[in-house]
Amino acid sequence: MTTRPIAVPAIDFDRATKRYGTGATTLESISSQVQRREFVSIIGPSGCGKSTLLKMVAGLSPITSGGIAIHGMTPQKARELISFIFQDATLLPWRTIRQNVVLGLELDGMARETRNAKVDAVLSLVGLSHVAGSFPRQLSGGMKMRVSIARALATRPQLLLLDEPFAALDEMTRDRLNEELLRLRDEQSWTALFVTHSVSEAVFLSTRVLILAPNPGRIAHDVSIDLPFPRTESTRRSEAFERTIAQVSRALRSVSAAAVATENGASISDEARTAGAHPA
Amino acid sequence: MKRLGLTLISAIAIFGGLLLLWQSIIWIFALPPYLLPSPARVAHAVIARFPSLVASLLLTAAAAAGGLLAALLVGLVIALFFAQFPWIRRMLYPYTILLQTVPIVAIAPMILLWMGSGLGSVTLITFIICLAPIIANTTQGLISVDRNMVDLFLMHNASRAQVLLKLRLPHAMPSLFTGVRIASGIAVIGAITGELFAGSSRVGVGGIGYAIQYASAQLETDYLFALVLAATVLGFSFFFTVMFLEWYFLHSWHESARVIDQE
Repeated sequence: MTTRPIAVPAIDFDRATKRYGTGATTLESISSQVQRREFVSIIGPSGCGKSTLLKMVAGLSPITSGGIAIHGMTPQKARELISFIFQDATLLPWRTIRQNVVLGLELDGMARETRNAKVDAVLSLVGLSHVAGSFPRQLSGGMKMRVSIARALATRPQLLLLDEPFAALDEMTRDRLNEELLRLRDEQSWTALFVTHSVSEAVFLSTRVLILAPNPGRIAHDVSIDLPFPRTESTRRSEAFERTIAQVSRALRSVSAAAVATENGASISDEARTAGAHPA
Repeated sequence: MKRLGLTLISAIAIFGGLLLLWQSIIWIFALPPYLLPSPARVAHAVIARFPSLVASLLLTAAAAAGGLLAALLVGLVIALFFAQFPWIRRMLYPYTILLQTVPIVAIAPMILLWMGSGLGSVTLITFIICLAPIIANTTQGLISVDRNMVDLFLMHNASRAQVLLKLRLPHAMPSLFTGVRIASGIAVIGAITGELFAGSSRVGVGGIGYAIQYASAQLETDYLFALVLAATVLGFSFFFTVMFLEWYFLHSWHESARVIDQE
């Protein structure tokens, strides 16, 4: 393998494996590359290690074997390039919206004047300037999530990791935030790794969808989403969109069905299952 | 505002009703004043012996406030150690519970034995009974921080001190106040209990607890009632001071403090 300096991928999974103490494998030999500016969604039945994968990329959960390189660096070293968006907005309730958005820059030790200018910019980018002085409890769920996005973008990340960020929101809010996310991606160019349960969300947002299978967690399908950008409300009504959703859903169902079958097949021992999963 | 007025009127009405009931009991059963003094006699005792009543009140207030503040400072430091070093917490936390379960009336005589009577001993007794709820609640607040929030700080390579100052401490504020609120209630009780054992180093002047003992021995039942009234006033003012501080510091962001906000 030769590494050309310009083509260093945003994320390079090299047989990344995660085992917990007891020996149960959460993720088995994940190998894939995410190129810069790609929007990659990870989807799969619960328990397939989606969130763990994201935490491994963030360097919050150590890998057992194999490697993950972010822009050619270890996850810990690459933290400055990464922003993490959690399932709930994770705002500090005692801070105003403005103080929440500034948190990352503050922890990074940026000078007050510089960070204030940056926060102003990102607040207006996300359309939150009018609530800058409010406290999180005064905001709706969708607004809180926008604050969370603003906080993540304030540090100008190269890579955005999103762990089911819109799962708790109603469908309309979710759709709107999906479009908003893509608009922000046009303005700032970052790579995204997005964990979700929703096939339509994954298809709408992504350039690629990875479908994970459980026991042990592994990439079962790698689907390119060739829908044209910019994606808008009319994308959702297009036939191509429906077709792609059907395709991804089918793949996801086959993976889930297999998972259920293995779970029901109590006669199959753990060793046999693990051995069977190895593509020798 | 209208609701507040209504609450006030009903409170006054109930108070008046109770006074009437009190007076009727005396009339009906023809009770002598040393068993149950009339409201008027109690009022008279309050006015006639106001200076000594206030002196007792202030002495008890000083012991209760001193013990509570000391417990707040020491409790906060202990809670910080508990939160930062889980092994210390595991080792010593059981003793915090011990502190809470041991009856203060059993400890008070020992303190009297070792330290003699006086304000110092009473303050120490108050300190001991205030400590446990402050440690327990503050520790809980410091360690119950959402895992994702800690991860958020870790993503910015935040130091332990930053996580403590910018995340754990502010997050623990509501719990800290809960602990102080509980402690403020028992601080006055603790000080009075302490005074029953170690009330006075000077003849004649003592805190409420000491004066209660003295008044009951002398069968000055009207003054005894006045002292109970003073103790209640003290307990209330402690509780409401803490409630006010809690509202002042937390109402902008915390749900629990908003309840008072809406009144």
